[in-house]
Amino acid sequence: MADETYRFESVQEVREGLRKVDYLSDEGIAGIVYLADRLGKPILVEGPAGTGKTQLAKSVSEMSGARLIRLQCYEGLDESKALFEWNYKKQLLRIQAERGEDKTWETVEDDIFSDEFLLTRPLLEAITADEPVVLLIDEVDRVEVETEALLLEILSDYQVSIPELGTIVAKQIPLVFLTSNNTRELSEALKRRCLFLHIDYPDLEREKEIVLTKVPDITDSLADQVARIVRSIRQLELKKSPSVSETIDWARTLLLLGIEHVDAETAKSTINILLKYQSDIAKAVRELDQEHGTIQKAAAGK
Amino acid sequence: MTAVRPEVAAGEAITELLAGFIQELRQAGLPVSLTENLDAMEAVKHIPLEERDTFKYALAATLVKNNTHWRAFETVFEVYFSLRGSRYGIGDGEQDALAQLLEELEQQEQMQGDGPRSGSGGGENMTPEEIAEMLYKALQRGDAALMRAVARQAVRRFAGMEPGRPVGGTYYLYRTLRNLDLDAVLDKLMQQARHDSPDPLTPLEERLEQDEYQHRIDQLKKEIEGEIRRALVADRGVEAMARTLRKPLPEDVDFMHASREEMASLRKAIYPLTRKLAVRLARKRRHGRKGPLDFRNTVRHSLSYGGVPAEPKFKYPRPSKPEIFVIADISGSVAAFARFTLHLVYAISGQFSKVRSFVFIDGLDEVTRLFEGVEDIAEAVHRVNTEADVVWVDGHSDYGHAFEVFWQKFGKEISPKTTVLILGDARNNYHASQAWVLKEIEKRARHLYWLNPEPKSYWDTGDSIVGEYASHCDGTFECRNLRQLEKFVDYLA
Repeated sequence: MADETYRFESVQEVREGLRKVDYLSDEGIAGIVYLADRLGKPILVEGPAGTGKTQLAKSVSEMSGARLIRLQCYEGLDESKALFEWNYKKQLLRIQAERGEDKTWETVEDDIFSDEFLLTRPLLEAITADEPVVLLIDEVDRVEVETEALLLEILSDYQVSIPELGTIVAKQIPLVFLTSNNTRELSEALKRRCLFLHIDYPDLEREKEIVLTKVPDITDSLADQVARIVRSIRQLELKKSPSVSETIDWARTLLLLGIEHVDAETAKSTINILLKYQSDIAKAVRELDQEHGTIQKAAAGK
Repeated sequence: MTAVRPEVAAGEAITELLAGFIQELRQAGLPVSLTENLDAMEAVKHIPLEERDTFKYALAATLVKNNTHWRAFETVFEVYFSLRGSRYGIGDGEQDALAQLLEELEQQEQMQGDGPRSGSGGGENMTPEEIAEMLYKALQRGDAALMRAVARQAVRRFAGMEPGRPVGGTYYLYRTLRNLDLDAVLDKLMQQARHDSPDPLTPLEERLEQDEYQHRIDQLKKEIEGEIRRALVADRGVEAMARTLRKPLPEDVDFMHASREEMASLRKAIYPLTRKLAVRLARKRRHGRKGPLDFRNTVRHSLSYGGVPAEPKFKYPRPSKPEIFVIADISGSVAAFARFTLHLVYAISGQFSKVRSFVFIDGLDEVTRLFEGVEDIAEAVHRVNTEADVVWVDGHSDYGHAFEVFWQKFGKEISPKTTVLILGDARNNYHASQAWVLKEIEKRARHLYWLNPEPKSYWDTGDSIVGEYASHCDGTFECRNLRQLEKFVDYLA
């Protein structure tokens, strides 16, 4: 491990690099990405939807020039979709083709269980790649607890065991990101193997900065207003709080509509971009309409 | 920062320091495994200790794998390193704040030009008026360093800390906050904002301003809390403080005595749990996904491979949908628990297609429809509390009668697929128990479980007759906090 080459020199470098690809990180995010590279450990990214968990992996790959390999998790995902699969049809053809020749079963078996007949799926692909890669295992909380076990070997040892072929060890250690929306507790075994990063909604300044970078033509004051209003809305008890991506969408909309100053009316008429549930929209509109006194009460009661 | 770090012995010393820290975390109830411990040791080698924030995040990333534990971690971190850290050059920026404060004071003096002042700007003995003014300025500008300085001053001035006095931090916090009178400050800030703006503020603008100031005030409160903690640690030593500061982790918070804030975090934690519950109860459906070989189907598919059965097909077991009946006590004696219960019921009904919920005090009513299609849980709970017809005579719990009603009205609908969950403390006010109903339910239903929010030691004392009911249940569980609820869910597996 000692004289291995690392991707990043310092935390600062990670931060700057991410900024260059338009991802505004904070001390925590940059620090953990740096650490993951140094320790050769996967990062488990958790947090509310739309706070840039997946984007982080994408940005890191863009920044370091590594190829991004993505495994989207879903209920029912299994070995043959995540790791590898034997190409049955091709194997069959081979057997058929060799029928006439005088070959022992052993040679045929050796033949059909070789690299040629192996279909690599994302996890195996990430391991066998020669060039540096970033592996993104998206929404890992969607698979069943049992399927999680599939990931353990690759996450801790960066290797895959194929019964017929033996163990394939990684040529390079990929930078692995796992994202989770926390719809269920992940298993201890999985968590133990990862560095844990929780990405929450950004604070006011960071959100404003994000809006400014992602929506190039926006004015400073409008971005500020957008960030403030979004923060206020997030304080309400909603079914689904507006995410960062929705903030950006809203800012874009306001810009397209040529609005320079958000007042209660414009906010109300465009709020359906921020909020996706009718009950949430109704609630927010009600709140925006409210007079000063009632708000104070609500704030005090929080 | 002047702290000297003995470079040579540093490695060893850090190991020791970390070991102590991890010990402390474990005592606070955070699960830290050996591998995580090793990871942390490895991690600190790569992170310069001087960068306190990065150092903190690095430790957190390796040691804390659950976001709800973050606060507990932060507290332990602060307490533990506030004293010991300085030896290793892990400062906490206090000096910076102090320097800032002095500078600030000087500026103030120059601006006001009000001649000589006693104590030559040391900031040690500021008058309440000066503090109030500084506070106002800090909040108006949202200047973090200045806020920290104000917090420091305010604690020194108002908390009235006496060395060795065995009082908790909350007492000092209360005293400090009372003296600062933040509500009045907020009003003043708002007035100023209104005054500064050229046009009268619209309600929206006003709201935004207020949110901003409120946010700053919350930050100030946090600073003050931290300051008090630091002072207490300095007074009583790390070990003693760590023990008194320890707050229960979210999963250990008692449902019955949860504060508002804790309740909110509990509610968030329920959703993953109900999903887990759903998975567990539905396990039968997935388990053994590959059933026996489906011969017909296999032969049918072998046609495309020239008669070779290359793609074996299996019979998939037909999933049986679990049906859940939740019967919850919502009487006064379990009021706090009932609120939680309703959230739980709501969350469960979001996960299962066939959930029927019932609430009772001395009468019983079905509330399934109140939860259906309602997107706002607060509204659903409100409707349950106002619309459900649960009072029969006097509104004191009568389990016996409620069960009787349940049996008469809904007993027939219990099938062998049904799991029945009863939530309540079984305090029956000395009414007849009618335990035969449970016996009947148990006969018909797949499972019957009882979750009791009371500590086990209170069971069967006074008018609690949980023991009598328990004999007919498949399981009776103490369910006072998330950890226990989770245990119950695990038990189902």
